Amino acid sequence: MDRAEAPALLLVAPTGGGKTLAGFLPTLAELADGRHRGLHTLYISPLKALAADIRRNLTTPVTEMDLPIRIEDRTGDTSHSRRQRQRADPPHILLTTPESLALLLSYEDAPRIFAGLQRVIVDEIHALAESRRGDQLMLCLSRLSSLVPGLRRVGLSATVEDPKAIARFLSRHPDPCEVLYADSGPDPDIAMLATDEPPPWAGGGGRYAIPAILDQVRRHRTTLIFHNTRAQAEIFFHHLWLANEDALPIGIHHGSLSREARERVEAAMVSGDLRAIVCTGSLDLGIDWGDVDLVIQVGAPKNVKRLVQRIGRANHRYNAPSKALLVPANRFEVVECQAALQAVRDRDLDGEPRGPGPRDVLCQHILIAACAAPFDADDLYAEVTTAGPYSTLSRADFDACLEFCATGGYALRAYDRWQRLMQRDGLWSLRDPRSSRAIRMNIGTITDAELLKVRLRNRGGGQPLGEVEEGFAASLTPGDTFLIGGQIVRYEGLRELTVEVSRDPGRDPKVAVFSGSKFSTSTRLTERILAMLREPSWPDLPAHTADWLALQREVSRLPSRDRLLVESFPADGREHLCIYGFAGRNAQQTLGLLLTHRMESLGLNPLGFVATDYATLIWGLDPVADSAPLLDRACLADELETWLQGNAVMKRTFRSVAQIAGLIERNHPGQRKSGRQATFSTDILYDTLRRHDPDHLMLQITREEAMRGLVDFARIEAMLDRVEGRIDHLRLDRVTPLSAPLFLEHGKVPVEGAARERLIAETAARLMAEAGLA
Amino acid sequence: MTGHPFTLSATALVALPSGALWWAAERLLTVSDLHLGRSSRIARLGGTLLPPYEVAETLARLDADIARMDPRVVVCLGDSFDDLAAADLDDRNRLWLSRLIAGRRWIWIEGNHDPGPVAIPGEHLRELALGPLSFRHIARSGASGEISGHYHPKFRVAGPARPCFLIDTERVILPAYGAYTGGMDALRPPLRDLMAPGAIACLTGPTPCALPLKGRR
Repeated sequence: MDRAEAPALLLVAPTGGGKTLAGFLPTLAELADGRHRGLHTLYISPLKALAADIRRNLTTPVTEMDLPIRIEDRTGDTSHSRRQRQRADPPHILLTTPESLALLLSYEDAPRIFAGLQRVIVDEIHALAESRRGDQLMLCLSRLSSLVPGLRRVGLSATVEDPKAIARFLSRHPDPCEVLYADSGPDPDIAMLATDEPPPWAGGGGRYAIPAILDQVRRHRTTLIFHNTRAQAEIFFHHLWLANEDALPIGIHHGSLSREARERVEAAMVSGDLRAIVCTGSLDLGIDWGDVDLVIQVGAPKNVKRLVQRIGRANHRYNAPSKALLVPANRFEVVECQAALQAVRDRDLDGEPRGPGPRDVLCQHILIAACAAPFDADDLYAEVTTAGPYSTLSRADFDACLEFCATGGYALRAYDRWQRLMQRDGLWSLRDPRSSRAIRMNIGTITDAELLKVRLRNRGGGQPLGEVEEGFAASLTPGDTFLIGGQIVRYEGLRELTVEVSRDPGRDPKVAVFSGSKFSTSTRLTERILAMLREPSWPDLPAHTADWLALQREVSRLPSRDRLLVESFPADGREHLCIYGFAGRNAQQTLGLLLTHRMESLGLNPLGFVATDYATLIWGLDPVADSAPLLDRACLADELETWLQGNAVMKRTFRSVAQIAGLIERNHPGQRKSGRQATFSTDILYDTLRRHDPDHLMLQITREEAMRGLVDFARIEAMLDRVEGRIDHLRLDRVTPLSAPLFLEHGKVPVEGAARERLIAETAARLMAEAGLA
Repeated sequence: MTGHPFTLSATALVALPSGALWWAAERLLTVSDLHLGRSSRIARLGGTLLPPYEVAETLARLDADIARMDPRVVVCLGDSFDDLAAADLDDRNRLWLSRLIAGRRWIWIEGNHDPGPVAIPGEHLRELALGPLSFRHIARSGASGEISGHYHPKFRVAGPARPCFLIDTERVILPAYGAYTGGMDALRPPLRDLMAPGAIACLTGPTPCALPLKGRR
């Protein structure tokens, strides 16, 4: 309260510290006399559910105290009529998400909507600061600060390794931002869950631990069971339910479920009707579930900071120790969980610093600005550079983004007649005002795969059960069964953009492949794991895992911090090469792409690879006798240049960059209803640009993004530096204990090369012969 | 010459790896669904500004096929232009196309995207009948010896889907030749229902290859 007048303030407290309410106290005090007209405080959270939760928690005291304050939330789930009303007559406190705020700012009447705004509260800013959603939000705040000078900013953050960086991110550059720390509370009570059955060799999901987990659920009031991906949560929930003989009330909650399904679970949770919830990151952030007394993390946490935040869900009261259990999903994760336990006890948080705000988000911001009103380029540049993540943006970079928005920014100046933005009387505006609709539909920086709604057939457009990825829907044939919201459904067909299903009493579903967020295990945690592998024996590890590591040491070798272990062996009629770089999933993926590219040019006929946090497994038609030349650092760096061009990771990155920057549209009104031959893959655009316009802005951004995100070449370099050429290449006659799990990994990447052509030709010849057509 | 040779109505034809169809006896080259001018059409309608290089991409491929085969006749099976206004190519591409057209018979078949004549040299026809074969944009049920496009068929085998020819005893459906074109899964309706049992999919790509049009999912 003392700091209520500060232009920017960051409040750092462990989960459960009551910081959200603290953030609202000045607002309630200022609004208590009922004289304020219009919007006073804007609350931004990364989650729709959080906005709804805060509205409930805030409305109760305000009603009890009979304060003259109107509180409403506004998210993608809010009805159209309600949103219209909110624009015409904004409440005193509006709770919303970064995307909904960006949309509000794109309207011509934005100055009127936000007139009178005094404070903006950004909740869970530590989570937003890690993503483009936060970058977009900070651009929106720069806009708001221009509309209403004197706007005060408050950020609420969980415990993080570098609060000052978050403060710089939040405040209006160059305004100061004070950081307030709350007491970090007692040490958590955390352990690995003991199970009768050992974890499986590979895979995720923790199904083996269901009896032990049910037992824990019985012994606690309310348990949150976290999974790292939605698919794993679904599968786990299904099997948990089959094993749930006491019919304990257990729910499931994740981002792919329909709003109705999520709200039902949230309401049941709040009223204390559920004994457990199987959930994903959708419950990671500050929703106050009150009575949770146990958190179970299924699967390795990958990142200690997130684990600590999840653990904080339990005993959401200050000064009570949180209780948590870790459930490794497979043998390797036992090692990882053990390392994470040590890190939590040592309060050793991890985090990788982020670079400046990406330019694709800026392009979107420029288009949004043009939707709202004609703008002056100098003014917009000055405004944008007040946003923390863009404070170092050069004028040249800004101009390139503006040029892209206006003309496409192509070397071939083809769009002089059909510019998107035109300069009239010195101000930039949309050439065709109708294009504002498409720009608004495209707002946001979350570019998950295209999702399709799932509904029961013959229910007159019944309630959607949830959503699945388009790619998954395309892989279904009628009669296939899959899990959604814990039910088994049968795929009946695709109607327009809806997956139609019926209920299926069967017990063995084909699995729904939602691509969950795949995080890389952090550098800090990896270091701890490698240190553990060096120990002569592992008394702290369960015997099954200790034996497995011992067997690897006997049959081959254990990876170590300053040497690089490479194994090659035949299996399943293919040659395999396994590189234990321990560089994290993304870097190991890049290593897979680089190495297969080199193998292709050396005629070693690679067919594909798969990467995990600790290794890359490559398979192909020919054996690799010596991997040292393949792993030469200078060659790899050279290779990176050529390779960066044509690979799948770059194309995937390009797709999201192009979508965010507005080069392609994700939701074109009415366009996707007719046949699919009208739409073409963004890979084609990527290839075309690369050939004709290699320095184009979109390719520059793609490269930058890939380097810092999916490519993560820095971690490969760090690994090679550490190793300094000490490569142990072992030729073995069969699969090794440590490599075996990789065979069962998802996310195999095919290599398009000579070997693929040979295989296609062989397959075609065989099928033609079988069909009697050859 | 690489390509997949086959017979339709007793006529020897070759499906080329580029997606063009070659009739050696007539020295006739057929391509379908060039969709020239797609990026400029989208921009004109207030949409996004796609990389404006697809005309050059498509013409470069067509140029290579023409240089290799030296056809006497070229038939473009419709949707050659993304709409009629898109036929207003820039000078460089207009010259390029004119150079390709010069010295041979060039036939523009109408498609649903380009249903009228455009100001580009060549004959503009609804359909073309030549010997036992007929050329039209959209396949007609019950037709025989028919060569058409429109559907942009694609087929998946050992990796991502590729544009493909669909071939049975009565008809051939060509893949889309244009750079900015998507595709339709050949195993789903309407393509699945158009083709007779025993139909073959012939994949475009570095090594063209033919295989039975059957689902193996």
